[in-house]
Amino acid sequence: MTDTAPLMPRRREVHPDPYDPAYKTSVTRSPKLPLLALESTPTEETGPLFTHDLIGPLDNNLIVNFTQGKGLAVGERIRVHGKVMDEQGRPVPNTLVEIWQANAGGRYRHIKDTYFAPLDPNFGGCGRTLTDEDGSYEFMTVRPGAYPWPNRANDWRPMHIHFSIFGHAFGQRLISQMYFEGDPLIARCPIVETIKDRSQIERLVAPLDMQNSRGMDYLAYRFDIVLRGRRQTRFENKLEGM
Amino acid sequence: MPQPLDILVETPSQTAGPYVHIGCIPSFAGIDGIYPQDLAESPIADGAKGEIITISGSIYDGTGWAMRDAMFESWQADAAGRYPGMDGADPKVSGFCRFAADKDSGEYTLRTVKPGAVQTRQGQWMAPHISIWIVARGINVGLSTRIYFAEDDHSADPLLSRIEHRPRVDTLIAVKDDQGIYRQDFHLQGDLETVFLDL
Ligand SMILES: [Fe+2]
Repeated sequence: MTDTAPLMPRRREVHPDPYDPAYKTSVTRSPKLPLLALESTPTEETGPLFTHDLIGPLDNNLIVNFTQGKGLAVGERIRVHGKVMDEQGRPVPNTLVEIWQANAGGRYRHIKDTYFAPLDPNFGGCGRTLTDEDGSYEFMTVRPGAYPWPNRANDWRPMHIHFSIFGHAFGQRLISQMYFEGDPLIARCPIVETIKDRSQIERLVAPLDMQNSRGMDYLAYRFDIVLRGRRQTRFENKLEGM
Repeated sequence: MPQPLDILVETPSQTAGPYVHIGCIPSFAGIDGIYPQDLAESPIADGAKGEIITISGSIYDGTGWAMRDAMFESWQADAAGRYPGMDGADPKVSGFCRFAADKDSGEYTLRTVKPGAVQTRQGQWMAPHISIWIVARGINVGLSTRIYFAEDDHSADPLLSRIEHRPRVDTLIAVKDDQGIYRQDFHLQGDLETVFLDL
């Protein structure tokens, strides 16, 4: 049985504003009424757990997983790696990390994406892995291109990789995006700017990690992820009034 | 200065965007061959104990438009109210399902077993419910809500009891239609705005 202590309340102020007129779609897609806040219950404190047999050998290599090794995706080869922790700083082992991204030209393999940049016949755009015992994960991929999107007349998404992380509790569920150090479009992106706390924006910018890069092969970027933690106390898990 | 608190800060959320299907349900996006199948296409396997139910509905934005690009996740207990991993939990119930709004109609469908009531740490009984997490373009932080069922006694449910505006309780309660399918719509805004949760 895994740890089922109560979750720390989510600090909403470290997350984006749900309603942000500069990101136009959020105007009609943000609740107007306050969220109902309660202490977590077993429904939020448990969650789907996955095992390593789910993961195929190429699942975390986006350069080859679409062709199953028959061809290589076009683009600048990169390794994205990091650690998943909770707010207590404890590693989160065996948790599912999924990513998706545009190809090197900034085009997604999706019926809704009609950007001029061509599809890469060797690139699907998704990958997944399970963290190790120490919470670490890694992907091989190509650097995604920046792309324009319909918001204001000339808005561009910085280069980014979408991340989905489970943790061990449904209440830890998180989807976010990783950006790349030095990209001038980060400061011009209304989606980035939905996060009002500047230090929190920096949390999403992966630094170039030359020490973990490999000469004549790939550059590395480091992206650590922190999920909600659990409250530690000896006085709980008892019936009320005891 | 007092001692620093040794607590990290959660990584901020960002919208799942319009292409969430590529990463989470690639077959739905037409990307086959990377994984054998999409993750969690069903929360139950053949032989799961309990009443098999179907829930269907749409999610509406503030203009009343049924969103075509939302993705949902559900998490629930088995028919006896046990979550996977708990002692005696039904091995045929994974409890977790991913599904998407239909790209033409906006309708979603979830086929599962009806969960049992679940006891809280304080010993209160939560009426049978399914936890729902919703992401889409324009949703900056994934939205949590629950689906309860009309025929159950909700009078002692600790979550529903906390809803001050009693008519809003109905936004969390699925009602069976004449085909025997539970109907549960989600409304992001407006008179019928769904109660979203921060648990
Ligand atoms: Fe994107």
